[in-house]
Amino acid sequence: MIDLPKTSRRKFLRNIGYLSVGFPLLNSCFGKQDPTVAARMNYNGDFPGSMRNASKVNAWLQVLEDGRVMVFSGKVELGQGIRMAICQVAAEELDLELDQVEVHLAETGLTPDEGYTAGSGSISNSAMSVRYAAATARQKLLELASIKLNAPVENLIFYNGKVNTKTSNQSLNFAEILDGAQIDMEVTVPVPLKVNTEYRYVGKPIPRTEIEKMVRAEAYYIQDMRFPGMVHARVLRPKGYHSKLMKLDKSGLSAEVSGVIKTVINGSFVGVITEREYQAVKAESFLRNHSEWTESFLFPDQKDIYTHIKSIADHAQSIRNDGDVSEGFNSTETFKSAFTKPYLKHGSMGPACGIAMYDGEILHIWSHSQGIYPMRSAIASMLKMDEEKIHVIAVPGAGCFGHSTADDAAADAAILAMNYPSKHIRVQWSREDEHAWDPFGSAMIMELEASLSEDGKIKAWKSDVWTDSHSMRPNNDAATLLDTRYLENPIELKARGYLAGGHRNADPYYSIPNMQVNVHYFDGPLRVSSLRSLGSYTTIFSIESFMDVLAEKVGKDPLEFRLAHLEDERAIAVVNKIREMCSSEILNDGEGIGFAFSRYKNTAAYSTVAAKVWVDKSTGIVQIKKMWAAVDVGEIINLDGITNQIEGGMIQAASWTLKEQVTFDQNGITSTDWASYPIFRFSEIPEVEVAMINRLDKPAEGGGEVSMPPTGAAISNAVYNACGKRVYDLPITAEKIKSA
Amino acid sequence: MPKYTLHINGSEKVVDAEPETPLLYVLRDYLELNGPKFGCGLSQCGSCMVLVDGNAVTSCVRSVDSIGASRVITLEGLSSENGKLHPVQEAFVEEQAAQCGYCLNGMVMASVGLLNKNPNPGEEEIKDALQMNLCRCSTHTRIIKAIKRAVKNQ
Ligand code: FES
Ligand code: FES
Repeated sequence: MIDLPKTSRRKFLRNIGYLSVGFPLLNSCFGKQDPTVAARMNYNGDFPGSMRNASKVNAWLQVLEDGRVMVFSGKVELGQGIRMAICQVAAEELDLELDQVEVHLAETGLTPDEGYTAGSGSISNSAMSVRYAAATARQKLLELASIKLNAPVENLIFYNGKVNTKTSNQSLNFAEILDGAQIDMEVTVPVPLKVNTEYRYVGKPIPRTEIEKMVRAEAYYIQDMRFPGMVHARVLRPKGYHSKLMKLDKSGLSAEVSGVIKTVINGSFVGVITEREYQAVKAESFLRNHSEWTESFLFPDQKDIYTHIKSIADHAQSIRNDGDVSEGFNSTETFKSAFTKPYLKHGSMGPACGIAMYDGEILHIWSHSQGIYPMRSAIASMLKMDEEKIHVIAVPGAGCFGHSTADDAAADAAILAMNYPSKHIRVQWSREDEHAWDPFGSAMIMELEASLSEDGKIKAWKSDVWTDSHSMRPNNDAATLLDTRYLENPIELKARGYLAGGHRNADPYYSIPNMQVNVHYFDGPLRVSSLRSLGSYTTIFSIESFMDVLAEKVGKDPLEFRLAHLEDERAIAVVNKIREMCSSEILNDGEGIGFAFSRYKNTAAYSTVAAKVWVDKSTGIVQIKKMWAAVDVGEIINLDGITNQIEGGMIQAASWTLKEQVTFDQNGITSTDWASYPIFRFSEIPEVEVAMINRLDKPAEGGGEVSMPPTGAAISNAVYNACGKRVYDLPITAEKIKSA
Repeated sequence: MPKYTLHINGSEKVVDAEPETPLLYVLRDYLELNGPKFGCGLSQCGSCMVLVDGNAVTSCVRSVDSIGASRVITLEGLSSENGKLHPVQEAFVEEQAAQCGYCLNGMVMASVGLLNKNPNPGEEEIKDALQMNLCRCSTHTRIIKAIKRAVKNQ
């Protein structure tokens, strides 16, 4: 079933090269290679932020009794494959087989506090911390072994969990070397790191072992956890965001629904605990039908949402001001475009789930939260409990794509567990809860203006972005949890989260002598938080659509026009690569190709995306035929993992671009299921092709978000090239194309 | 509460449940199976798919009362007793056709249902058969590759 790659590892890796994924892959058979000691090179650079509070080797790894190694990471598995990436890095530096490394992901009190698993930061933070800790551990193990084996370090062979001397058959495993102790030393520079041309695992497309667990239906997700005596619960969500519970008649509940154990009411928070899961579903629906709520008329008319946003926005704040934009606009024609993007849902396939059990002293919580330490502090503050009395264990849920509802379900379970101690309480959200109470990705507006100089280059550029917050993740502000708004003593939000995510990538990565970027924050009507790639999807959709508009004004090829404004060699490489990838495409009538480029956050990974679409000119219906991505994330840890992320990112962003928007009326959210919030289905899925540029000498960046931003504009540009119509207001629907 | 005798994965299971309880809840909560997943409860996403008499169907709105003597197979029941995976399961591993994998149950069951009827489907037939199934991680292209591989592996 698994073929081994035939090429030698040296041939397989080049210092820079375009890699495509070849499957299937290796398992641990690399161990048969000649164990010559791989060369090491001293690393003298900075350590990742994650090491600030976890600077010792044993915070990141410990040796198990059998000599294998347990690695700790404060990040969680979201389907992005972080577990395998961390395993690869640890096995690499410690010269172990992959199955000699176990990875323990986030659990309070056990793993480092690495904040949230977000912003494509798990590789650069967690995996790199593990790399430095593992390399330090190797060095220490060698020193200790040298004493124990009475042989100089140069005469030792360190391989697959054993240290041998070259001259005798004496050998020790890691546990024997340490005699039950752990490596309690600081990680300091210089760190002797394995030279990257000697890698066995890093950069390779190593299969994720958890996929076999999934196909075997093993208990893998939080939804699959079952504890002896576990009971089920649902929470009755209010009628609208600002509704208050007026009346609840639960008198007939037990007669109507069997297995009801307890109804917990605290202000407008209503939870019901039952023996069986479906009883909780029925009980919730009974309570819904027997409750009265105040109305919550607070939403503007959906068709006026962008006017509304502008009317409530704060004064503009300047984000960047280079050169002199007014001078650059003076006495020359300027071009203007305005782009809009609706609220979008995370749309996880698995509605949120949380499990909690209060044992009389400690509150244990199982959650698919992206940040168990920050969530613990929010729940502690909500329950007015000491943080140390709360123990949180991260368990995978369905992919979440940003701050979704996991923390809220954990908070539900926590409240119920405190009211019904010593039982595991499992709270499962409904699809409607998930769709209606999601903290959405903010609606946004971006207005652009530019002038051109005689040589066909951009002379001056101005961006204005309107955005709500892009992160209201839990922190010590309890009001970040949904439940706190409805408790008898509601908790008011103190802050507005991470506003700056809204203007991420609002300043083009292009060399433009005069550039001004302003942001207009607003506190909008819908609940919002971070959605995959934050503001960048909108800013790059706008900028890259506008780049095509400008290229056309000066009569230049869109890619040439971009190259004329790029100086960064890595940016130029991804642009050239995408051109090469689609150079042989033949376009039929009604078809067009569009391109877009971005460097995520302007400091991280580079990507260009191309889309080929067909537009039915009579109906405006768009079909995406194929998408390509050329991506540079620096050093690649797992080639297949990153490719999978980039393919998925393009298709998800294509679904946003052509189909998605949260709908609402005055009373509340009206897109509450998959019929009212349609996303891509199989008939709409294009072919995708990804080329990765591996840069062994550049820092490893995460790639979970990088293909999202350019996808929207690539599609929009392709639609324009196919039918001559440009849509500025997302999603790009058939009606909008027809009326453009 | 009525008693139902169900034929699940080749053996008989007796459950005490209210007649309207959806099959999904019986499988997950009463019989402790992990394969079928709760995704919407509205028959819109395919996460909860099982085979009923060889056809891939959703289990989240179908009541336990309606199952009768039908043969139900879940993801657990696809591999053989010695642990050997079904060719479709094997192909999903080989193609690494998952990110979070939450939709995987439905994808595998729908594919097996398709191959039961049509052992050699083309790309369009594959897409048609999976039209019910949503994947938010958007692993679709790998899923299609996996089914093509399973066709060869059968
Ligand atoms: S859970 Fe049954 S179709 Fe979605
Ligand atoms: S792999 Fe996550 S929903 Fe399909």
